[in-house]
Amino acid sequence: MSRARRASTRAPLWLLLPAAVVLGGLFLYPMYQLGLLSVLDFTQAQVSGGQPTRFVGAENYTRLLGDSRFWEVLLSTVLFAAACVLATLAVGAGLAVLLTRVSRIPRLLLSLAAMAAWAVPAVSGSTTWMFLFDTDLGFVNQLLGIEGFNWMYDRYTAFGLVGAVVVWASFPFVMVTLYAGIEAVPKSVLEAAALDGAGAWRSFWQIMVPILRPVLAIVVIQSVIWDFKVFTQIYIMTRGGGLAGQNLTLNVYAYQQAFASSEYGRGAAIGVVMTLILLAVTLVYLRALRRSGEQL
Amino acid sequence: MRLGRRLLDAVAVLVALITVFPIYWMVLAAVKPAGEIQSLHQRPWTAAPSLDAFRRVLAVNDFGRYLLNSLVVALVVVAVSGLIAFLAAVALTRFRFRFRTTLLVTFLIAQMVPIEALTIPLFFLVRDVGTVVPGVGLNTLGSLMLVHTAFTLPFAIWMLRGFVGAIPDELDEAAQLDGAGRFTVLWRVLLPLVAPGLAATSVFSFIHAWNDFLFARTFIISEAGNQTLPMALLVFFKPDENDWGAIMAASTLMTLPVLVFFLIVRRRLVAGLGGAVKD
Repeated sequence: MSRARRASTRAPLWLLLPAAVVLGGLFLYPMYQLGLLSVLDFTQAQVSGGQPTRFVGAENYTRLLGDSRFWEVLLSTVLFAAACVLATLAVGAGLAVLLTRVSRIPRLLLSLAAMAAWAVPAVSGSTTWMFLFDTDLGFVNQLLGIEGFNWMYDRYTAFGLVGAVVVWASFPFVMVTLYAGIEAVPKSVLEAAALDGAGAWRSFWQIMVPILRPVLAIVVIQSVIWDFKVFTQIYIMTRGGGLAGQNLTLNVYAYQQAFASSEYGRGAAIGVVMTLILLAVTLVYLRALRRSGEQL
Repeated sequence: MRLGRRLLDAVAVLVALITVFPIYWMVLAAVKPAGEIQSLHQRPWTAAPSLDAFRRVLAVNDFGRYLLNSLVVALVVVAVSGLIAFLAAVALTRFRFRFRTTLLVTFLIAQMVPIEALTIPLFFLVRDVGTVVPGVGLNTLGSLMLVHTAFTLPFAIWMLRGFVGAIPDELDEAAQLDGAGRFTVLWRVLLPLVAPGLAATSVFSFIHAWNDFLFARTFIISEAGNQTLPMALLVFFKPDENDWGAIMAASTLMTLPVLVFFLIVRRRLVAGLGGAVKD
């Protein structure tokens, strides 16, 4: 009632103005510029003013789609993100269930440890794991007796190590969120099910999973979006994309094309492709939210 | 049954130890004397802790300055982004207007945009603006403050919306009946009540700005004095031999503030996340 009464005022416009200015200037306008750059021939020559900027239409895109390198990077991005998401969810969900079944002190220890891992900045997390897995001085190599083994030389061990850091940093979010979700399930419902003769397995699948579905959807999509955009860990641990670019993912590739090769138009085109992929994921996310009954 | 519980307890403690082990190793390496860092037989403890690495980092490499730079950027971002998000959240929860839902969805979508791709146009934008407005161009801390304010806003608005929405309308109405103007309601009634939510939001904004590597790498190209922590840290990686003691000491300095911050607001953080996720 009261909200409807105030509907005619201009107040919300003034309140939204600062946010609109900041986001318009530093978000929407750059988005438009990204699209614009992607249809231009824009390299070092144009940046320095040596040559005029030229409109090339879809050329950046057609060249990109015809480049086997792009498809290779796209494939590794998808596989890397998928592996990270699956591992994060498995570890996070497993530990969330574990948390509900342990005594108070172990539960406190585990959640504090997870919080600590969550808090570590991506840069220092990366450097720490690099030291742990260093060729000669790394504790892990010395423990395994494989001194001299460089994890970064091989494409798959390098991706594996970066993936481990990503999972280490992101499982806490999944664990904490799912644990909160599980705890929110009314005990009386579970007790009633047990009285009706439902076993642990059955009550898990028929009661827990349906109730937790909205939370699960959010956790899954958030993980997909984060892991698809991993930048800092890859950039630092593989020194900007690995040997001969073997560990490039889409956004590192876009960044390198622009800032290392001065192919700004091409980098922007990769950025647009990536934005579209993430937009598709976001739409799925929105539908999941809506189905869970969220009132926007 | 009891045995099963003991076993699970043991597993939980083991996982906790594995999870904190890298952090332990980081701090340990930071206080190990140089000789032990170079050792081919790393021990998981040290007999002679020393602050040499910290001294090297802070005194020789002027790391204190970069720490201060990071801190200034993060605090400005927290304050500005928090204030702007608060105003927007009030508009979105206290009023019904056209495009309200569209705006909300936009804020949600904005969180998904790959910021890494936006660095390309932003680089040119910051370069061009810098020629007109000094202080926000390339190589300035102002440029970092600007972009971080923008990129923390959508999430901050989304999160604060839940907190403002939880305050009953009757409170503002009662204040208005008592003769308080809109402005007074905003500052004297709503703001204090939203303080816990602002604290939770601040943590996220702070961490976002503090942890940033991407923009520091892109914008601060030649002005070494305006670097922030992440880039300053990479100085210790050398082609011939990495100074691991210094790298770990610098990493520790970068991690500690966030870690302390995180553990203090732990409970509030989870509650805030719940608010943002479930509303």
